[in-house]
Amino acid sequence: MSTTEAPDLVTTIGLEVHVELKTSTKMFCGCPVGFGGEPNTRVCPVCLGHPGTLPTMNEKAVEYTTKIAMALGCDIAPRSIFHRKNYFYPDMPKNYQISQYDLPVGERGSLEVEVDGEFYTVGITRAHLEEDTGKSIHVGGGGRIHDADYSLEDFNRAGTPLVEIVSEPDITSPAIARAYATELRAILEYLGVSDVRMEEGSMRVDANISVAPPGERGKKVEIKNMNSLRSVYRALEYEERRQREVLRAGGTVTQSTRHWDEKAAKTKELRTKEEAFDYRYFPEPDLVPLEPAVEWLRQLREEQPELPIERAKRYERKLGLTPYDAGVLRSTKALGDLFEEALASAKKADAKQVSNWVTNDLMSVLAAVPEGTKNPPLTGSNLAELVDMVAEGALSKSQGQQVLTKMVETGLGAREIAEESGIKQVSDEGALEEAIDAALAANPDVAERLRSGDNKPFGFLMGEVMKATKGQGNPKVVSGLIRRKLIHPD
Amino acid sequence: MQLWERTAADVASLIASKEVSAAEVTESCISRTNEVEGDVLSYLTLTPEAARAKAAEVDSAVAAGDPLGPLAGVPMALKDIICTQGTRTTAASKILDNYIPPYSATVAERLYAAGGTMLGKTNLDEFAMGSSTENSAYQITKNPWDLERVPGGSSGGSASAVAAGQAPFSIGTDTGGSIRQPAALCGVVGLKPTYGLVPRYGLIAFASSLDQAGPITRDVRDAAIVLQVIAGQDPRDSTSLPSPVPDYVGALAKGIDGLRIGVVKEISGEGVDPAVQARFREAVQLLEKLGAKIGEVSLSTFGFGIDIYYLIAPAEASSNLARFDGVRYGLRVDGPDVATMNSLTRAAGFGPEVKRRIMLGTYSLSSGYYDAYYLKAQKARTLIARDFARAYEEFDLLVSPTAPTTAFKLGEKTQDPLTMYLSDICTVPSSLAGAAAISVPAGLSSDDGLPVGIQFMARPMDETTMLSAAYAFEQELGPLPKPPLWSTS
Repeated sequence: MSTTEAPDLVTTIGLEVHVELKTSTKMFCGCPVGFGGEPNTRVCPVCLGHPGTLPTMNEKAVEYTTKIAMALGCDIAPRSIFHRKNYFYPDMPKNYQISQYDLPVGERGSLEVEVDGEFYTVGITRAHLEEDTGKSIHVGGGGRIHDADYSLEDFNRAGTPLVEIVSEPDITSPAIARAYATELRAILEYLGVSDVRMEEGSMRVDANISVAPPGERGKKVEIKNMNSLRSVYRALEYEERRQREVLRAGGTVTQSTRHWDEKAAKTKELRTKEEAFDYRYFPEPDLVPLEPAVEWLRQLREEQPELPIERAKRYERKLGLTPYDAGVLRSTKALGDLFEEALASAKKADAKQVSNWVTNDLMSVLAAVPEGTKNPPLTGSNLAELVDMVAEGALSKSQGQQVLTKMVETGLGAREIAEESGIKQVSDEGALEEAIDAALAANPDVAERLRSGDNKPFGFLMGEVMKATKGQGNPKVVSGLIRRKLIHPD
Repeated sequence: MQLWERTAADVASLIASKEVSAAEVTESCISRTNEVEGDVLSYLTLTPEAARAKAAEVDSAVAAGDPLGPLAGVPMALKDIICTQGTRTTAASKILDNYIPPYSATVAERLYAAGGTMLGKTNLDEFAMGSSTENSAYQITKNPWDLERVPGGSSGGSASAVAAGQAPFSIGTDTGGSIRQPAALCGVVGLKPTYGLVPRYGLIAFASSLDQAGPITRDVRDAAIVLQVIAGQDPRDSTSLPSPVPDYVGALAKGIDGLRIGVVKEISGEGVDPAVQARFREAVQLLEKLGAKIGEVSLSTFGFGIDIYYLIAPAEASSNLARFDGVRYGLRVDGPDVATMNSLTRAAGFGPEVKRRIMLGTYSLSSGYYDAYYLKAQKARTLIARDFARAYEEFDLLVSPTAPTTAFKLGEKTQDPLTMYLSDICTVPSSLAGAAAISVPAGLSSDDGLPVGIQFMARPMDETTMLSAAYAFEQELGPLPKPPLWSTS
C-alpha cells in the first residue's frame, strides 16, 4: 500500500500509455518496422518527410487500434479523422506528427484491475492512432538538445504506428497504477498487437499525478521516463510522497513535467507548464476519414480473443483453481495457452496438478529464460507427458523437476530425457526392501531407535536408501516399507 | 512551320507516322529555347541531355515498331515544384537550392511513361506563392507578349515556355489559380482538374487541400491529351479519386449546343478591368451563337473567395513548410544549437512572401484564433461549394473572365500584396470548391493588345463537358495572333 499517514490528502493519477504496434510496415509508408539496427536503414522519402511525399494509411494499424479500443470497451467512432500536431523537433521529419485529436478511433472505455483482492475500475478516455518519431542522440554538453555539441538523428523508428491510450484520472494509488499498466500490457499481449517491451520502448508509460485534500484539485505533475512496471510504481510512490511532504509543510506543488531518475530513485523537474506548446492542431488534409464498415467491426469483435481477466475467471469457476494460480496462468497468453494444451493432452493429471507444475515448477525454471513466460520453450503435450509421468509414479516429484529443467534447456520430450539420462523411479518392493535391509545392517542402532518409537533417524534411513538406489527409489514406497517393517509392524 | 511551333498532338502524330524523328523535334525545341530563353527566363533548370536521350529511346521504339505512348517524343516542361528523380527541384526557393529528389512525382512518371521528353524545370513563385512569378528566389520570368510584363503566376515559367514556343506543353500546379491565371496572361490554355483527379504525390505541397497539377497547352485538344495521361487514382495519394478516367479527347466533339451556361456576376463585372469585361462579353455572345443557353447567376459567397483562401492556404502552408528545417536536406545555416540552426536556415532560405504566409497561417491556426479564422474559413468554404452546387442545378457550366486584368507590368504590384492577391479573384472559388476549371484565350484586349482568358468552370469530375465547350469555343474563335516574340526566329 502507498503512503497512508496523511488520510486528509487524496492522490489522483492518470496514465498515458504509448504502444508501438507490431505491424510489418510503418504507419504511412512501406518501410519495415523493427527495433535497433544500423541507423537510417529502414527509411524512405515518405518517412524522411521529403518534399512532395504523402502518407498512405496502414490498414493493419487501423485494425490493431480498433482491436485495442474494443478490448478496452471503448465506443468505436463511426468516423474518425487524423490531425496534424505541429512542433519543431529534429527527430520528427515533417515537424508535425500525424495524430488524432477530437475524433479518435475509440473513446469511453474502462479496465478492471485487482490489487490485494480488491477490484477497481479505471476509465479509459480514449485510444488513438499516431506515428512515432525518430530517435535523437545529443552528443556533448549535458546530453540535452540545447547544450549538445551536435545531435545525431536515426529515423528508423520514425513513422512506426503508435497507439496512445489515455486513462481517466481514476487511479488513487501507485499500486493501482501499476496494476493498470500490468493489466493493459497483458491485454495488448493477448491481442498480439505489440511486443509490449518497456525496456525497448515498445510500451511507454507517462503519468499525471496530483495530491490534494478531498474535493480539491491538486496541481498536475507529469512524470516521464519510467522504463519498467517497477519504475512506474517507484516513481509514483516517490512523487506521491514528495507532493504530500510539500503540502504538509505548507508549500504548493508546481505544475510541471518531471523526469524519473531510476538510479537516484527521484523525480527531477524538466519544465514547468508556463512553457506549454501550442500544437496548432488542424485536420490532416492528406488523409481521408476512417469510416469502418459495420460488417468489419462485427468480424473484429468475433475474432477478439478471450481477455486475461475472463480467462482467470474461467479458471477459477470451471477448473476450481485458486485466484493466485489463475492469476499466474493468465499473466501471459502463452502461459495460459500452454496450461490449456497440457491439460487437454494429459491422460492422468488433473487441472490442479497441471496448474501446480506451471505456476510453481515451470515458473521457477522460466525465471532464468529471457521472455520465458511470453515464449515458453516447450509444448503443452510435452508438459502433459511429464505431469503424467509423475502422476503415474514413473518419476518422483524431484526427478520431474530435474527433467523439466532439461526440457526447457533442450526442447526435448519428458520421456526422451528420462530415458536418455536414465532417470526413473524404482517402485519394486523386493528391490527396495533389499536396500532397506542393507542400510539397517550397516546401521544397527537405527532399527533399534525406530522400533522404540524414536522417529529421528527416519530421514537418515530414507537418505541412505535413496543413496543406495541412486535417487531412483520411489520415496512413497520406501517410506511405506520402513513404516511397515519397523514402526507399525502388522 | 517549324517543329517547335507545333502542338503536342501534331508532334506526336508526325513522330508516330515517321515523318519526323523525336530527335529532330527535340533539337528544334532546344534551339528555340536557347534562342529566346535569355529574353523570357522560363526555366530554372534545362535538361537537354536527358531530353535527347529520351528522344533517342522514342526513335528506337518507332524504328522497332514498338507501341508508342500518346506523348511519344513530345517535349515538355515541368514546373519546378514537381519532383523529378535525379534532377534538381527547387520550388524556386533558396531553401531547396541543392535539392535533388530521390524519387519522381506520379505526374512526372506518367508523362515519362507516355513518352514525353523533359526539356527542363520551369520558374515559379517560391513554393507557388504568388500571381506574377516575381516571388521566385532566382529570376524574373517575362511575358512573351511584352517583356516588360509579368507572365502571371505562380506557374509563370510553364506558361511563358509554352507561349514563347519553347515547349509544346508544360505542367503547372494550381492552388488558387496558378495554372489558369498565367495561361490567361500568356494567351495559352490552362486546365485545373477536379481536386483528386490528378495525384499529388511528388508535388511539393503548398496547400494540400487545394493543390492540383494540370496542363498548360497551346490548344484545348492538347489539354485533353495531357490530362488523359496524368489523370487517375494513385495508391500513394489517399485523396486521389477512384473514379475511372473518361475519354477526354473523344468527348471534345460533343460541342456546346444546348448547354446551359451561367455567367457568374460576382467575378465578371465589378473589379474586372473594362477592356477585359468587353472581351469576355463578346466571348459569351460567341457561346450563345454556338447554341448555348446563357443566363446570369449571382453567387454571393464568391465575393469572399480571396478572404477564405488566404486563411486556409497559408494555414496548410505553415505546416507543410515546417519540414524545411536544415536537418535532412536542402539549405542548412549552422548555429550554436538545433533550434537556432532551424531559425537561421529558415530565415535565410525563405523569401518574404513565403515568410508572410507562414506567419499568416501560423496565426490562423493558433489556439484562441483557430475557431475565428481557420475553422470559420473552412465553414465558409463549404458554403462556396454549396453555392456552386446550387448554380449547377440551373447550369451545366459557369463562366467568368480568368483574371481581372491582362498581364501587368513587372514590379507593378510587388509592393502591395493585397492587390496582388486580388489577381486570383476569379479563379479562387473553383479551387475552394475542388471543382474543375479551364482558361481558354478569348482574344486580345482592345486596350493594350494583350491576351484575355475566359474561364469555364465545371462540376467536380465533369471535365468532359468543360473540355467540349472550351474546344467548340476555341474552334469558333479561331487562332489567336502569335506573341511578338514568336517571329524572332
